[in-house]
Amino acid sequence: MYNGGKVLIGILVFLVLISSPLWYNMAMDGSDYQIELEKAVRGDDCVRDSAWMKANHMDLLNEWRDQVVRNDERFEIGSDGVQYERSLSFTCLSCHENKDKFCDRCHDYLGVEPYCWECHIVPKEVQP
Amino acid sequence: MSVERRKFLKMAGLTALGLAGGAPAKVLGQDNAFADTAAEAVVKPIERSGALTAKRWAMVIDVRKCQEAGECTKCFDACHLTHNVPDFDNPKDEVKWIWKESFEHALGDQDHEYLNDAVKHAHMPVLCNHCDDPACVKVCPTGATFKREEDGLVMIDWHRCIGCRYCMAACPYGSRSFNWRDPRPFIEDIQPDFPTRSRGVVEKCTFCDERLARGQLPACVEACEAGALVFGDLEDPESEVRKLLAERFSMRRKPGSGTQPEVYYLL
Amino acid sequence: MIEHALKGDKRYWSWVATLLAVMGIGFFFYLRQYNEGLTVTGLSRDVSWGFYIAQFTFMVGVAASAVMVVLPYYLHNFKEFGKITILGEFVAIGSVVVCMTFIFVDMGQPFRIINVFLYPSPQSMMFWDAVALSGYLVLNFVISHITLGAERKGIAPPKWIKPVIILSIPWAVSIHTVTAFLYAGLAARPFWMTAILAPRFLASAFSAGPALLILVCLLLRKLTKFNVGKEPIQKVAIIVTYALAINIFFVLMEVFTAVYANMPEHLSHFQYLFVGLHGHGNLVPWMWTSTVFGLVALGLLIVPKTRRNETTLVMACILLFISLWIDKGLCLIIAGFVPNPLHYVVEYVPTLPELAISAAVYAMGLLVVTGLYKVALSVRKQL
Repeated sequence: MYNGGKVLIGILVFLVLISSPLWYNMAMDGSDYQIELEKAVRGDDCVRDSAWMKANHMDLLNEWRDQVVRNDERFEIGSDGVQYERSLSFTCLSCHENKDKFCDRCHDYLGVEPYCWECHIVPKEVQP
Repeated sequence: MSVERRKFLKMAGLTALGLAGGAPAKVLGQDNAFADTAAEAVVKPIERSGALTAKRWAMVIDVRKCQEAGECTKCFDACHLTHNVPDFDNPKDEVKWIWKESFEHALGDQDHEYLNDAVKHAHMPVLCNHCDDPACVKVCPTGATFKREEDGLVMIDWHRCIGCRYCMAACPYGSRSFNWRDPRPFIEDIQPDFPTRSRGVVEKCTFCDERLARGQLPACVEACEAGALVFGDLEDPESEVRKLLAERFSMRRKPGSGTQPEVYYLL
Repeated sequence: MIEHALKGDKRYWSWVATLLAVMGIGFFFYLRQYNEGLTVTGLSRDVSWGFYIAQFTFMVGVAASAVMVVLPYYLHNFKEFGKITILGEFVAIGSVVVCMTFIFVDMGQPFRIINVFLYPSPQSMMFWDAVALSGYLVLNFVISHITLGAERKGIAPPKWIKPVIILSIPWAVSIHTVTAFLYAGLAARPFWMTAILAPRFLASAFSAGPALLILVCLLLRKLTKFNVGKEPIQKVAIIVTYALAINIFFVLMEVFTAVYANMPEHLSHFQYLFVGLHGHGNLVPWMWTSTVFGLVALGLLIVPKTRRNETTLVMACILLFISLWIDKGLCLIIAGFVPNPLHYVVEYVPTLPELAISAAVYAMGLLVVTGLYKVALSVRKQL
C-alpha cells in the first residue's frame, strides 16, 4: 500500500470525527434527558403495559395493520382484559388525545418520522 | 428519517451482510421479533359482532332502474366522499373508484349500429369487479393486492404496494387508479374514519370492506335511492342478487378475459 | 484492476465529466419526481407505463445480446471473437445496471422495492424478472472479472469458470424471455398478448445489440489503439443481418394476423401505430420512420458489397439501431395502452423531467461501460 501510515492516520481521524456525537453525549451525560409526555386519558391502562408499549408500539401497530388489512381481524383483548378495536386513529388517539404532546414530542426528540400520518387522520384535525 | 427509508437501509445492510457472511434467511422475517414479545399479552381475536359476512360478495346493477334516475351521481359522490377520493379536476392525475360509462365503453363488445336506443344511450356505473380469478392479484410482485379467500373481496395493502403499476396494466376493466401526486390537498371534505393515500400507491374500490365489518352496506349501495345497486352473497341461493340473476338477463364485462367478474349488469 | 479506470488523459476525463453533468441534471429532476410524485411524467391512469418501462424493455435486449458473441466464442471456440467477447460482456453489465435503474425510477414507492424479495410472489412475472436480471448481472460480473484477471496475469482462466460461462448463455435468453412474458401474459392488453412476443424480443435484441457492438468497436478503433480487425466485425455483421431479417419477418407475421383476422381488439393498436385512431396519431411518424429505417438497413446488410464496405455498414447499424429503438423503446409499450380497455384513445407524451431522468440513467450506464472498457483496454495495453 502506498503511504500506508498516512492512510491509517486518515482513517483514524475519520472514525473519531464520525463518532464524535457519541463521545459528546457520553461526556455531557445526555442520556439522562427526560421528555415530558402528556398523560393518557385512562392513565396507565393500555392494550399492553406502558414499558412494553414504549419499546414496542411500532411493532404492535405493524401487527395491527396486517391483521386488519390482510385478515380482517379488527378486534383484540388487551393484556388488561379490555376489548380494543385495532385502530390508530380511534383507539390510540381517543386515549392519547394530544398527538403533538404524545407521539410527536418523542418522535421529534428521537428524529424519527413515521409515515402513519401521511394517510391516517387525526380526528381532531379535521373536525370543524 | 422515515420508517420506510429506515427499513430499506436496514434491509440493504442485512442483505450485504448476508452476502458476505451467509446470514440465515430467518433474519429477514421481520415478524419473528414481534412474535416473541407478543406472547406475553393475551392476544386472541374475538368474534365479530354485527359484521356483514358472505361466502362470495357480488353486486348486481339494474341498468334500467339506474336509467330511470336520470343524471343521478349519488353513488359516485357517496363512495368518493366516504373514501377520501381526491378530485384533481384533470384526467391525467385522476383517481376514481366508481364512475359512469356508456354501454359502448362498459360492455363494448356487444355494441352495434342498430342497438335499441334505450341500451345504446344507457349509462351505468363501473367499478372494480372483484373478480374470482383476478388478473391484478396474479401479477402483483409483492402480494400487496390480494383476494380475501373468505368472501372474495379483492383488496390492496397500501402499506406494501411499491407502485409498480403492473396491476393497472393487467386489469381488463381500467378499474385501478394510481396516486400520481399527494392526494390530500385535493380532498375537500376529509373523512377521519378512512385513511387518505400516500402518493405512489395504486387504489380502487374495496366493496367497502370497512363498512361491511361494521354491519353496513357499501356506501354506493346505501346511497342509491333508485334501488339499482344490489349487494349480496352469491353463494346464498336465497339472496337478492341470486334472485335477480335468476329472473333477468344479465351481462358481465369482458367475460372473454377469463377473470370471472362478480359485478353483474341487468339489461 | 479497477485503478485503471482512475487514470486517463484529458479526453477521457472530459468525457467522464460530461456524463457526470448529465447525471447531475437528471438527479435534480429525480429529486423533483421523488418529492412531487410521478405526476411530473406524462403518465396517466390510461397510459400507466411509458418511457421508463420502454427503455427498460429495450435495454434488457441489449443486455441479452452479449450472448451473440459469448456463444460462438466459448461454445464453438470461434477464436476471432476473442477480442470482442469482453466488450460484449461489459455492455451487458452496463445495460443491466441501466435496466434496474429504469425500474427504480418508475416505482411509486422506490424505497419499498425490497418488498419484492421480502414477500416473494412466484406467480408474478415481475418477481422472476427481478431474479433473472440480478442473476445475469452477477454472472457477467464474475465471468468478465475472472477471465480478464487471468488474462492480465497471462494465465489460463480457472476451470470452474467454464460452466458459469455456459450457464450465462441460456440465462441471457431467459432475461429477455421473462421480460416478454411480463407483457405477453396479460389478457387485458391484446397488443402484447401474442406468443411471438418473446421470439420477436430476442430477434430484435440480437440485431440491435450486436449492431451497437460493431459501432463501439469501430469507434474504439478510431479513438484508441484497440483494433478488433476486419473479420470479426464482418462476422458480427452477418449475425446482425440474420437477426434483423428474422425480426422483420416476425413483425410482418404480427401485422398479418392482426389485419387479416380483423379482430378489433388486436387491430386497433396497429391502426393507432400506423395510421392513427379516432384522429390521434402521435406515434404514426415514428412508426413509419422505424419501418423505413429498418427496411433500408436490411437492404444495406443483405447486399454483400454494402455490408463489407465499412461506411455503409456503419450507416446500416445506425439506421437499424434507431429503427429498433423506436419500435421497442417507444411504440411497443405505449401502443399497448392505446386504445385503453374501455376503448378510449388517450395519448401519452413524455415530459422534460422524464427525458432528463432517462438521459441520466443512460449516462450512468455509459459511465459504467466507459470505466470497464478503460480497465479492459489498459489491461491489454492497447490504449
